[in-house]
Amino acid sequence: MEKELRLMKGNEAVAEAAIRTGADGYFGYPITPQSEILEYLMEADPYHTTGMVVLQAESEVAAINMVYGGAACGKKVMTTSSSPGISLKQEGITYIAGAELPCLIVNVVRGGPGLGTIQPAQSDYFQATKGGGHGDYHLIVLAPASVQEMADFVELGFDLAFKYRNPVMMLSDGAIGQMMEKVWLSPQKERSKTVPAWATTGKPATRDRIIITSLDLDPNGQERFNQKLVAKYNEIREKEVRYEEFQCEDAEYILVAYGTSARVCMKSIQLARAQGIKVGLLRPITLFPFPTKRLNELAGKVKMMVSVEMSAGQMVEDVMLSVNGKVPVYHFGRMGGIVTEPEEVVDFLKSKI
Amino acid sequence: MTEEIIIAGFGGQGVLSMGKIMAYSGVMQDMEVSWMPSYGPEMRGGTANVTVIISSERISSPIIKHFDTGIILNQQSLDKFEDSIKPGGVLIYDSNGITRHPERKDITIYRVDAAEEAGKMNSPKVFNMIVLGGFLKVKPIIRMENVVKGLKKSLPERYHNLIPMNETALQRGMEIIVPVA
Amino acid sequence: MAQATGIKEIIKPENLVYRKTKVMTDNILSYCPGCGHGTAHRILAEIIDEEGLQSETIGISPVGCSVLLYEFIDIDWQEAAHGRAPALATAIKRLLPDKFVFTYQGDGDLAAIGTAETIHTCNRGENILIIFINNGIYGMTGGQMAPTTLPGMKSSTSPYGRDVKLMGNPLKMTDIVATLPGTYYVTRQSVHTPVNVRKTKKAIRKAVHYQKLNKGTCFIEIVSNCPSGWKMTPVEANKWMEANMFPFYPLGDLKVPAEENAQKTTNSEKND
Ligand SMILES: Cc1ncc(C[n+]2csc(CCOP(=O)(O)OP(=O)(O)O)c2C)c(N)n1
Ligand code: SF4
Ligand SMILES: [Mg+2]
Repeated sequence: MEKELRLMKGNEAVAEAAIRTGADGYFGYPITPQSEILEYLMEADPYHTTGMVVLQAESEVAAINMVYGGAACGKKVMTTSSSPGISLKQEGITYIAGAELPCLIVNVVRGGPGLGTIQPAQSDYFQATKGGGHGDYHLIVLAPASVQEMADFVELGFDLAFKYRNPVMMLSDGAIGQMMEKVWLSPQKERSKTVPAWATTGKPATRDRIIITSLDLDPNGQERFNQKLVAKYNEIREKEVRYEEFQCEDAEYILVAYGTSARVCMKSIQLARAQGIKVGLLRPITLFPFPTKRLNELAGKVKMMVSVEMSAGQMVEDVMLSVNGKVPVYHFGRMGGIVTEPEEVVDFLKSKI
Repeated sequence: MTEEIIIAGFGGQGVLSMGKIMAYSGVMQDMEVSWMPSYGPEMRGGTANVTVIISSERISSPIIKHFDTGIILNQQSLDKFEDSIKPGGVLIYDSNGITRHPERKDITIYRVDAAEEAGKMNSPKVFNMIVLGGFLKVKPIIRMENVVKGLKKSLPERYHNLIPMNETALQRGMEIIVPVA
Repeated sequence: MAQATGIKEIIKPENLVYRKTKVMTDNILSYCPGCGHGTAHRILAEIIDEEGLQSETIGISPVGCSVLLYEFIDIDWQEAAHGRAPALATAIKRLLPDKFVFTYQGDGDLAAIGTAETIHTCNRGENILIIFINNGIYGMTGGQMAPTTLPGMKSSTSPYGRDVKLMGNPLKMTDIVATLPGTYYVTRQSVHTPVNVRKTKKAIRKAVHYQKLNKGTCFIEIVSNCPSGWKMTPVEANKWMEANMFPFYPLGDLKVPAEENAQKTTNSEKND
């Protein structure tokens, strides 16, 4: 079957891709700038076509715990929200990580802290990549930079979540959620008829009972479990790093940026190169695992790196760790819901050369 | 070819939908497109704007500060965006309700009195199509057949009977747009 | 000339019939035309003014269209997270028991995400006033279904109408809190006509009085409209509200203080 071409908002693309990839359930609560996802699904009413359950929960806390329950049944379930709502979900997310369950969580980030603004921001990077809730855990974090990737990463996200039995977060922002671009949609897939062996489905006489829990009262047992998680995260670091390089071949300076900032930087690079400044972009596609190795290699070839993010400087810490002192690393970016302008990046770069 | 456009006016003027039709028309012509609306509480205050980029290449930033063309439909937007047009660029505006006309000398300014024309046509809804017609006259970056296809794609099926009227409006826009000396 | 003198003669303090409440700020209300929030703000400000409470009040604004309430009434404010206003109010009143403390919350804020805080605050009988603006929808976020959305009612997340089998039944929070021993005075009012405005204002004044007497939680629901979310003109919205909201959420007192009841009985006995 051929792919279908549409012009869609990023938020709508997430919703449509969820239906097409055969998701079993979506649980959400309205919040700007991502309410279109729930609205699109309610309008599309996939329950009557694919059988996908769509439910508006009474809160984000309820929504993530619906995801917990559904995931523990081995189902492909997801939730979406924006920053304040994602904060509320953190308890559920750490339980899901602790119970080693797969699910997809989409954060269409807006400016914070607190109620903040409803405009695009990238200030939830720490929360997404360093765990977010309590305890030692990681999410696999995907950072879409286009409407196409908003759609594609739904399927990729579920694949990774099930492969590693780990929650996956798509870290987007208000700009990508609200903008429309061309998107090629995959044909409708059937929902899975089977569930993994670890899922609670009702205990037949032929197997032991299945208990989904994140509790271990014995610290030794808990430590063994923590070690198992560490091994899993290391395998993910080994195998799942994804990034894109843009005009890095001859670059003397590297911008590191994801999502909307990466798009802004592509424009900045055009502008800077027109002025004879050789600059390239490394765009992490996975934020956890982070493209540490590649950045370290590039650091050996360039004079400086700038982490461009719409935050007070969060990813810059990972860039610094990757570069490990080889070259100077700076942070630049606007905050509070203001999208960095391409010219500002060029000006900053010039001020540091 | 890359055309970076800002469309700005009141919420009720069909600013966002004009941008969407433009973007869909670009898709029909096999171009890359992006449509980035202003969103947020200011929409309740009544102003709306959308950045549309149509390009033969991959589009970098969907959010930009300088535009090849500004399509400006109220005074507030004119005040806000007149300076954002690149030197040598184009400004298209509807003079209805404008008290301070555009003043820049380093851009080409066109007037399309679409509100008045829509009134004459007795269908205020086609206002934005008249403006779009004017734009296409000045910047023929999309072929008319693809604009009609774009219209079809962005209008729900139940409104497809309105397409001939919209085509007429596009034609009218092409006829009434005039350069301002 | 004659006309000008005429106007000057009219504009005299003794001829004044209406003016902006002192306690309202000069900020322009950010609400859509016809929205009930503005009227509710106004009478709340009037009570604060008339009861001399400006310096004695701490308000908690919600997350909803009225999130900017703190821009409009000139008192001290705290802005809560979505649904949590009663928790803030609890602490404020316990730590500053002499202050007048109230929350002002929409139906999404109070009856969806904030259900636990609402019920437990009322159950503890916190000595505060909760003003609950029920417009049957999430106005702020663009017209999604609220817990109060009527059966069959369309919203952006119930585009085919609320299907109670799948989405649950509308929740009558006011009826629920009226059953809790902690609430002292529970009433349901509206602000869409002058008569109703007067009744609601009277209810708020009573709540202020009861709070001074440490009587427990006072809970005033104001059944209101959302012309934008309902996709109606202001006039249509009010008509629709009367025809559809009021039968489901009937106006009137749900719980009146025992003393008042007793008074009423003695009065009627006297009349007999
Ligand atoms: C934790 C959290 N979730 C969601 C939101 C988004 N949000 C803002 S206002 C609102 C609902 C408002 O509805 P209501 O309380 O009925 O007030 P109204 O606007 O109708 O007056 C929501 C869901 C938020 N700000 N924070
Ligand atoms: S959206 Fe609804 S509740 Fe909000 S201001 Fe407008 S009419 Fe009032
Ligand atoms: Mg409401």
